[in-house]
Amino acid sequence: MATPTAPFLEPIERLAESLKEARRHGESEEAARLAARFEQAVKETFRSLTPWQQCQIARHPERPYTLDFIHGMMTEFVELHGDRTFADDPAIVAGFALFDGQPVAVIGHQKGRDTTEKVRRNFGMPRPEGYRKALRVMQMAERFGRPVITLIDTPGAYPGIDAEERGQAEAIARNLREMALLKVPIIAVVTGEGGSGGALALSVADRILMLEHAVYSVISPEGCAAILWKDQSRAEDAAQALRLTAADLKRLGVIDEIVPEPPGGAQLDPSRAAELLSSSLRRHLKELRRVKKPNLLLARRYRKFRTMGEFVQ
Amino acid sequence: MALFDSSASKKKGGRSSVPDGLWVKCDGCREILYHREVSGNAFVCPRCGHHFRISARERLTMLFDNGRYKELFAKVRPTDPLEFVDSRPYKERLKAYQKRLKVHDALLVGRGTIGEIPAIVAAMEYAFMGGSMGSVVGEKLTSAAERCRQRRIPLVTVACSGGARMQEGVLSLMQMAKISSALARLREEGIPFVSVLTDPTTGGVTASFAMLGDVNIGEPGALIGFAGPRVIEQTIRQSLPEGFQRSEFLLEHGMLDMVVPRQELKDTIARCLRLLHAA
Repeated sequence: MATPTAPFLEPIERLAESLKEARRHGESEEAARLAARFEQAVKETFRSLTPWQQCQIARHPERPYTLDFIHGMMTEFVELHGDRTFADDPAIVAGFALFDGQPVAVIGHQKGRDTTEKVRRNFGMPRPEGYRKALRVMQMAERFGRPVITLIDTPGAYPGIDAEERGQAEAIARNLREMALLKVPIIAVVTGEGGSGGALALSVADRILMLEHAVYSVISPEGCAAILWKDQSRAEDAAQALRLTAADLKRLGVIDEIVPEPPGGAQLDPSRAAELLSSSLRRHLKELRRVKKPNLLLARRYRKFRTMGEFVQ
Repeated sequence: MALFDSSASKKKGGRSSVPDGLWVKCDGCREILYHREVSGNAFVCPRCGHHFRISARERLTMLFDNGRYKELFAKVRPTDPLEFVDSRPYKERLKAYQKRLKVHDALLVGRGTIGEIPAIVAAMEYAFMGGSMGSVVGEKLTSAAERCRQRRIPLVTVACSGGARMQEGVLSLMQMAKISSALARLREEGIPFVSVLTDPTTGGVTASFAMLGDVNIGEPGALIGFAGPRVIEQTIRQSLPEGFQRSEFLLEHGMLDMVVPRQELKDTIARCLRLLHAA
């Protein structure tokens, strides 16, 4: 496999590859030995991951993306396109699908796998029309009484001339405001990179979950380093200072739950990652469906964000 | 204080705030001006119309009738939830700014009347860490919106900010959602919200409350955008057209309702409130 990856993951990935190869011929002594070595290597490397290493896993080129999760967790997916105003933005996918046989709206950032696809998806960086499409589908979900599941994986909203001209800031702001009052349950899952406002614009939710190796931050470590250290190469320090790992966010009271990933990270076993996320989603969805009064749902959502932040008075 | 002082503001990162000397140099036309000429003209250059950056206090004084208001939520103060350290600990930075500017953080909230209509104004203090939005700004703004809803009085915000405060990490980001949720509730009740965007308004501030006004008003020539111009230039690797992301550009692209010179700002807001607010 010739995909460039983080050096610290290479031994694990080589072992995972050999293990897969060995298992192709059924279980054997060799496979068992490799499995043990793999397990040991994962344990050692993952015992003390630095925040910067977490970022590298979150950005791993083989990490499952939104469409992988949708196909891994749901059936009958119907993708909807366009914001009905300007264009369709391939950096966000949105539509309806069956989850556990029940219809839900599902919306997420979409990155591309190969170069052509990466460019077409704009590396998962939405333009205003992406956020407007997302809102259109959320409001459809409200009309048809379907819960909304959003999957967050973006370096951030696209910083470009056209995006500014069409009101990137307005599109994000409007989503924040409208999601606050959407009368159906919303669950947001940070699956990879939770890049600032571009991530938040799909994340005003009743539950915020985060995959074990995902990150969520107000600014990228590179951006933060460039501004505060005046040196982009200090990204590692910035990653540390920003407290952007799932464990950090749990401690800060921003997320509700950390969703475990398969050993070595979701990229090594995307279908298992989807199963693990499914079981977490199932539980939260069940809880939220029990809230019969929309006003109660909204009051709780309001309180959730109302209490975020730390200050003294 | 020096008689002639044009460098002090630069050192503090305030490109066009008015230093305290007798004379000031206009950043727009480079003209040397008598301080009182500028301060007596709402801190707008009488020669070229350049809008100097002003403090949150000056802003509140300028917008309320007779310059009178009662400050609200004044006790809310920042902490250091991440124990953030870059070249200097965040705690130290906060202390230095607090000492120099005599404010706790980057937002002041006041209650008074505008054209005899009771209202709350929340104005940002750019000199305090670039007007960055952390937990305190978020909390005070949210409280302001809630108070407006309770009392059924209009809200006016004056944005002047580089965006979210990095030193409070994801908690700063969450303030965008918190404030926007409070504004959603205010909106539901049919209470007017006027958003004034001044130079500069970028990042998470633009992408939350600043763009959510029932009426969005820009000051002339103000830089307003989501991404800062430098970030965009780095992304697209070309220089940006003249006037890009300035108030007039946003007006043309449908993001602002109007661009209003500062001398007319108060009267314009008062008129909007009279036309929209059911007293």
